[in-house]
Amino acid sequence: MKRYLWQALAVAGLTLSAIAPVQAQNKTLVYCSEGSPETFNPQLATSGTTFDASSIAIYNRLVEVRGSKTEAEPGLAQSWTVSDDGLTYTFYLRRGVQWHTTRNFTPTRPFNADDVLFSFKRMMDEKHPYHKVSGGNYIYFNEVDGPNLIKSVEKVDDYTVKITLTKPDATFISILTLHSFSILSAEYADKLLKAGTPERLDTDPVGTGPFVLVNYQKDSAIRYTKNDKYWRGAAKIDTLVFAITKDASIRYQKMRAGECHVMAYPNPAEIESMKADKNLRVLQQEGFNIGYLAFNTEKKPFNDKRVRQAINMALNKANIVKAVYLGSGTPATNPIPPTLWSYNKSVKDYQYNVNKAKELLAAAGYPNGFEATLWWMPVQRPYNPNAKAMAELMQADLAKVGIKVRLVSYEWGEYLDRLRKGEHDMGLLGWTGDYGDPDNFFGNLLSCAAAGSSTARWCHKPFDDLIVKARQVSNQAERTKLYEQAQVIFKEEAPWFTIAHSIATEITRSNVTGYQISPFGSHDFYGVELK
Amino acid sequence: MLRFFLNRFLLLIPTFIGVTLLTFSMVRLIKGDPITAMLGERAVDPRWVEEAKARLGLDQPLIVQYGIYINQVVQGDLGNSIVTSKPVLSEFWDLFPATIELALSAMLFGIVFGIPLGIIAALRRGKVSDYLTMGTALTGQSLPIFWWGLLLILLFSITLGWTPVSGRLSFEFYVEPITGFLLLDCILSNDWPAFYSAIHHLILPTLALGTIPLAIIARMTRSSMIEVMGEDYIRTAKAKGLNPKRIVLIHGLRNALIPVITVIGLQTGSLLAGAVLTETIFSWPGIGKWLIDSLDRRDYPVLQGAVLLVASFIMIVNFIIDILYGLINPRIRHGR
Repeated sequence: MKRYLWQALAVAGLTLSAIAPVQAQNKTLVYCSEGSPETFNPQLATSGTTFDASSIAIYNRLVEVRGSKTEAEPGLAQSWTVSDDGLTYTFYLRRGVQWHTTRNFTPTRPFNADDVLFSFKRMMDEKHPYHKVSGGNYIYFNEVDGPNLIKSVEKVDDYTVKITLTKPDATFISILTLHSFSILSAEYADKLLKAGTPERLDTDPVGTGPFVLVNYQKDSAIRYTKNDKYWRGAAKIDTLVFAITKDASIRYQKMRAGECHVMAYPNPAEIESMKADKNLRVLQQEGFNIGYLAFNTEKKPFNDKRVRQAINMALNKANIVKAVYLGSGTPATNPIPPTLWSYNKSVKDYQYNVNKAKELLAAAGYPNGFEATLWWMPVQRPYNPNAKAMAELMQADLAKVGIKVRLVSYEWGEYLDRLRKGEHDMGLLGWTGDYGDPDNFFGNLLSCAAAGSSTARWCHKPFDDLIVKARQVSNQAERTKLYEQAQVIFKEEAPWFTIAHSIATEITRSNVTGYQISPFGSHDFYGVELK
Repeated sequence: MLRFFLNRFLLLIPTFIGVTLLTFSMVRLIKGDPITAMLGERAVDPRWVEEAKARLGLDQPLIVQYGIYINQVVQGDLGNSIVTSKPVLSEFWDLFPATIELALSAMLFGIVFGIPLGIIAALRRGKVSDYLTMGTALTGQSLPIFWWGLLLILLFSITLGWTPVSGRLSFEFYVEPITGFLLLDCILSNDWPAFYSAIHHLILPTLALGTIPLAIIARMTRSSMIEVMGEDYIRTAKAKGLNPKRIVLIHGLRNALIPVITVIGLQTGSLLAGAVLTETIFSWPGIGKWLIDSLDRRDYPVLQGAVLLVASFIMIVNFIIDILYGLINPRIRHGR
């Protein structure tokens, strides 16, 4: 009996000693991430969660955006030249870049042109042996019209690659910063193909990036170790762990308990108490996004710009932003965020003015207003934390000028589908930038080419001419002027009521240094230190 | 007995077909599709969207899709996840042990504490301790798991600092999955510090999920005990001057336990359902989170497969219980 008692006491003692809050080992950084990656191949992914775990930690691209910047800088391509006609890009590749050594693969050669060719051809060439592997949905590549834009990718020598386009495109270098253009190892791919397991290329990654994947337990944790041979120099932490924690409140509790060092996507309502906690640091940066209310310009009465202007005056923007974003948003004037080059500061927003709005409506032939639908998204998005509350505030504002608004919403997929078909009168939506070029906003959301599916269904020739030209001209100063003019026209024509640019908030423990918020919402732990 | 067994076994077949039909049609009834969910706000060439849907077979008439699905299921193939491209079955077996571990632990907690509490309440019927235990049990049964879970975290993890907030194992440990049951794997790999860490992580989710079975078992034990303790043979035992402990534990409890065991069996389904919520709160890597994620992403093969597998699991558990009853009670066996 006595022996059992001692055993029981020993177990209890061990249990209690383990109960002490888990202290992070000196050089292990734990990031409380919000979900499981879909794959470890960024070519196949669309979610930021997957990009954080794959392209940012494991891979590199020819050109990259890093830290808090939005401009492209050299990555695996040390430099590049563009032909005079803007059609041919020649990339000079970095030498001596080592591929990761993992449990499944030991590289025999450093990174070279074959890897670039493999990575592009997998997405471009439908007959490529890897094209259909793992579903073969290259969504970003298709979104930027890759199949029609890129004519060929050729190897000039081991360290020179030539990419030819079908038409001049000034956004091409920015496009290449997209995670989908991560470079994968051709040697590893060949080995897997011979072994009959090509799909492992997408689940057991081998990259050139700052961290090497050690193991991944679905819905639980991803572990990385630093890449000692990383070409930018080894990371300052030894081990990186993504502790997958779906619930934002739980992530916060884990931060408080010291179980995580960094977390993203906090609940807006909890940010104030986070600021009060001296163990935590709240980092904020204006997000690279826009939330908007688009008018269906194909439908009456929204085809009349006076009506659109009147609504712009009837909505109390300051009030809406304050009530909905709870301090995490700044009122938007232009359709692009202020951190993006070519943002036109001189554009003046419409002022809240009910009387003037009524006058404009009367001039447009609606002295007593009209009836219309206003659609709100059923989900929380980075650019709009609460579309329902926003829609209700808008409904109340518009009632004051006689516009009777009926609120409409559908399940997210159906919502998007119906919006694309133009069933709405007015619709709430938004956009988070994928790469640091204004065309990512203008082209996708407001061009005539996108008018068949964009929320405003707006095609305005003088505006469109400017943005089409801006995509073809390679001189950035010239492009800036064109986009600045486009923003003036946009405001005058008012296809949208621009709502807000939300502020991205991320939390770190106070002993974390060197962490920077990315405008694109990615989470990069290279260069982060634990004090 | 063989006839009874075969009877019950054959009954499984229409049930199974019903479940496949139900999961297939319910999943398709939810608006949206996997490709649209993947695209979000981004617009790509509509032709590409159609092609992508066609590659997944989503352009076929529903009846054809169902036929293909059933044909696969019969061959033991539940398809691949649209999102991760991995076989549904292998993802399921990666995650299901975590759910079972949590559910078993919660059930154990419910039994170990529920039965004694029920006995105490029954023996002290009408007294303060009875009202106290039954009041607590009723509260426990009515607490929403997500709220109760968060409360537990705030008290035990944040204020007292006794337990970790969430997860299944502290990040400094890594145990190579052998069976998938972490506690067992820790023992098999002789990693005791990891074992204690795993136990540690199991405490709060067990409390959160185990409260409901605890409450139900305690209430069932109480009412059943009260009934049994009023039986003639108990009075006879008392009159014979038997030891009161013996009367309660041997003569009373043994008979009172029959309905309690039935209730425990019935709890399997609700425990798995509760595990879905508990797993989300405690970042527990079981099938709950997997199901919710696949619902968000409209990952049809995963949704269908997961629901079908869980339903089959519950069917098998019930089948075993049926057979056990048959063995114990001849009246059931002979259909009387």
